[in-house]
Formats: sequence, C-alpha cells, structure tokens
Amino acid sequence: MSDLGLFFAILGAALAALVAGAGSAKGVGMAGQAAAGVVTDQPDMFGRVLILQLLPGTQGIYGLLIAFVAMNNLGIIGGQPANISLLKGLAYLGACLPMAIVGYISAINQAKAAVASIALVSKRPDQFGKSMLFPAMVETYAIFALLISILAISGVGAIQ
Amino acid sequence: MPEEYIYAVARVRGKEQKLLAAPVMDSLVSAPGVTEALRILADHGWGDGEGTDIDGMLADEREKTWSFIAELVPDMSVFDVFLYANDYHNLKAAVKESARMESRDSVFIRGKETTVDPELIRRAVKDRDFGALPEEMQEIARDAMDAILHTGDGQLSDIMIDRAALIRIAEAGKAADNEILRMYAELTVASADIKTAIRACLMKKDKAFLEKALAPCDSLDIPALAQAAAESVDALYETLERTVYADAISEIRKSPSAFERWCDNLLMDKIRPEIHHPFTIGPLAAYILARDNEIKCVRMILSGKVNDLSVESIRERVRETYV
Repeated sequence: MSDLGLFFAILGAALAALVAGAGSAKGVGMAGQAAAGVVTDQPDMFGRVLILQLLPGTQGIYGLLIAFVAMNNLGIIGGQPANISLLKGLAYLGACLPMAIVGYISAINQAKAAVASIALVSKRPDQFGKSMLFPAMVETYAIFALLISILAISGVGAIQ
Repeated sequence: MPEEYIYAVARVRGKEQKLLAAPVMDSLVSAPGVTEALRILADHGWGDGEGTDIDGMLADEREKTWSFIAELVPDMSVFDVFLYANDYHNLKAAVKESARMESRDSVFIRGKETTVDPELIRRAVKDRDFGALPEEMQEIARDAMDAILHTGDGQLSDIMIDRAALIRIAEAGKAADNEILRMYAELTVASADIKTAIRACLMKKDKAFLEKALAPCDSLDIPALAQAAAESVDALYETLERTVYADAISEIRKSPSAFERWCDNLLMDKIRPEIHHPFTIGPLAAYILARDNEIKCVRMILSGKVNDLSVESIRERVRETYV
C-alpha cells in the first residue's frame, strides 16, 4: 500500500509539470505564430511581440516548480523516496491538480489574449503597454493555482 | 482548427493597414483629374502613377491579393466560393466563342482568380469534350452549348450558365465552415436573383422564364419572387418587403447600380467585425472581399475621372470601405 501512496504522489507531481507544461507549449506556439506573422512584414516589432509570445510560458514554469516542491517533499530528488500512506499520496495528487488544470486552461486562454494583443500591437505599436495587460490578467488565475498548490503540498507534507 | 490560421491572420493584420481607407478614397474622388488620382494611388503602392494601363494596374492588384493569400493558405480551395463566378464567366465566353467561331481571347479571366484553367474550358467546349471539365460544369456546359446552337440566343446560354454559377456558389457557401463564406454566398445569390427578377419584370418576362433564371437561396422565397416579378413591379416590391432585403427597396427604385452599391455596403458591414478576430479563416476571407471592394471602387473612380463625371456623381457610386 505504501508503494501505491508514492505512486499517486509522483503522479500528482508529474501531472503538474506535464499538463501545465503542455498548455504553455501550445500557448507559446500559438502566440509565436502570430508573432512571426507580424515580424514578416514589420521586423522592427520583434522585441514587443516576443514579450507577448512569452507570457503563456509561465504556467509551464509554475508546473515545474510544483513538481520540484512535491518531489523534494517526497525525498525523490535526494534519492531516498519517503514511505507514505495511500491517503497521503492521494493528498499530494490533489494538491498538484490545481496547478495542472488551471495551468493548462490559463495558458491556452492567455495565448488567445496574447494573439489578440499581438494583432493590436501590429496595428497600434504605441499601445504596447496596454496590450501587455490583457494577457497578463489571465496570469492572476495561474498564480492563484500556484499558491494553492504550494500551500496544499506544504500542508500535506506536514501530515504524519 | 481555428489555430491553423493564426500566422495568416497576423499577416493579414499587417496588410489591412495598407488598405485604402475612407479618407484616401475621398481624396481620390476629390482629385481634379485622373492623373492626380493615379498619383495618389501610386503613393499607396498602386501602379507607377503613369496611368498608361489602368486595367493592367487593377489586374496586378487582384493578382497581388491572390498571391498573398496563396502564400498563407495551403489549401486554397476554401476560397473557391469567390472564384466560381470567374470560372462560369469563362464558360460563357467559351460557349459563345465556340458557337460563333470567333476568338474572344481578351474576355477570359486568367491567373489565380479561377479554379479551372480557362484554356481547359476553351478546349473542352471547342472539342465538345465536356467530360474534361469538372463534374459540376459538365451538364451545364453541354446544355448551354446545345441551347446556343439550336436557338442562336447567346443571352439564353448566359442565363443558364449564370444560374448554374449561382447554384454552385450557394452549395459552396453551405458547405463552408465559416460564417463569412456562408454569408457571402447567400448574399451573392440573393442579390443576383433580385437583380434578375427586376430586369425580367421590366422586360415583361413570364413566370416560366423567371423560374429558369432564378437560383434557389435560403433568404428568398424563389417561387413567390418569380410569381411577383411576372405580375408587376409593385408586386415584386411587396414580396421583397417581406424579406430581409426590405431596406434595399428604396435603392432598387433608384437604379440597379444603387442596389449593387447597397449590396456591397451590406457585405462590408457584415465582414467588418472580422477586423477584431484573431483566429479562423474569417479575417482572410474578409480581406479578400475588402480588396475586391477596394479595386471595384478605384475602377469606378478612375473610370469617372476618365469620363469627366462630376465629383458628386462619382461619390454616389463609391462603396464603403472595410477599414
């Protein structure tokens, strides 16, 4: 049973990195296509659109962070996996899910906002500051999920 | 997949900035003469400002549009709905050319603006090898050829081919998975039907003729339209009053060209929201239509300037712009 607990805990860490990372990969790719389209005709826009392209990439970083924290708590990074109960393993899985799910959804939606903002910047380069805010708003929810996942992992780690 | 067109839409966003906006159109209309108008156009990348070949300049602009879109879209067949009218125009020309044994080389539309090579159409019609044509064109090509050979009436064959073209456009519109393409097809067929009904009504054509000439479409009750057009102009207006084209009646009463302008403006109004859509093929379709509208306007303005029409008279004909 203790192996099963560790399995679920690692599954949680893997999902946080995998699902949020997949969302970011897709999001950065979408924004990259829009950025390339703008730079084709307006090469001087490269710097501005690059920043907008990178915005949906943060969810992947948050997912990676959660996976690291969870694996550190589990002793996997140190090479000495902890012996944890099934319940604790499931609790780790649950703790990682906010980052995995919200990370994916927010990355895709942030990418859509970034694509729209890239179009805005291509037509109105003077509106770059405002155009950054629209996709940045979506980031709020990824940060909420990151916060909850970190707090939850810390709480689960404290369970004896 | 809407994401398929993200790059293409971003490229279109850049090109939209180079479209001739309303103030530019206004300055073209207000230009004292064709030389000044051509100079304004040259400043916006149209032609060399010399004006030796206006038709060539406009053809170049059309070619630029389609070359640009071809760069962006791997499968251009999604835009066939815009090109079928040109294919069927070529079929009409080929049928008349073959029946009258005279070369009409200059009337054929060539380049990227057709889905079928005009030379293939010419050869197929000349050799009566209709099987060489796309399946949808075979029957109508055969029937139109028979009609012109038996009656000698080029207008009859034109009407038959025009109807076939409209049916093809309507089918392509229904099969399209984009609202802009569907709306374009519906509006094209409906406006053509209304124009045909009015012309036929004024020429006192009977209901049987109208039923042969009008193509089915969703926004018009074609049997009712044919019946009304066979009766009187007033009956026709009453029938149109009950359709979504009721607002067009005042324009129809003015002239066919006023109605055409109303249709073009309606199309621009409907596609304008695409300026803000970052995904889907809609902005690309809207850009093609906007360029087409722009070229049509420039043609009208230059033709007005060449023929010394007044500024007011030219302004009445100019359409609304996309940007």
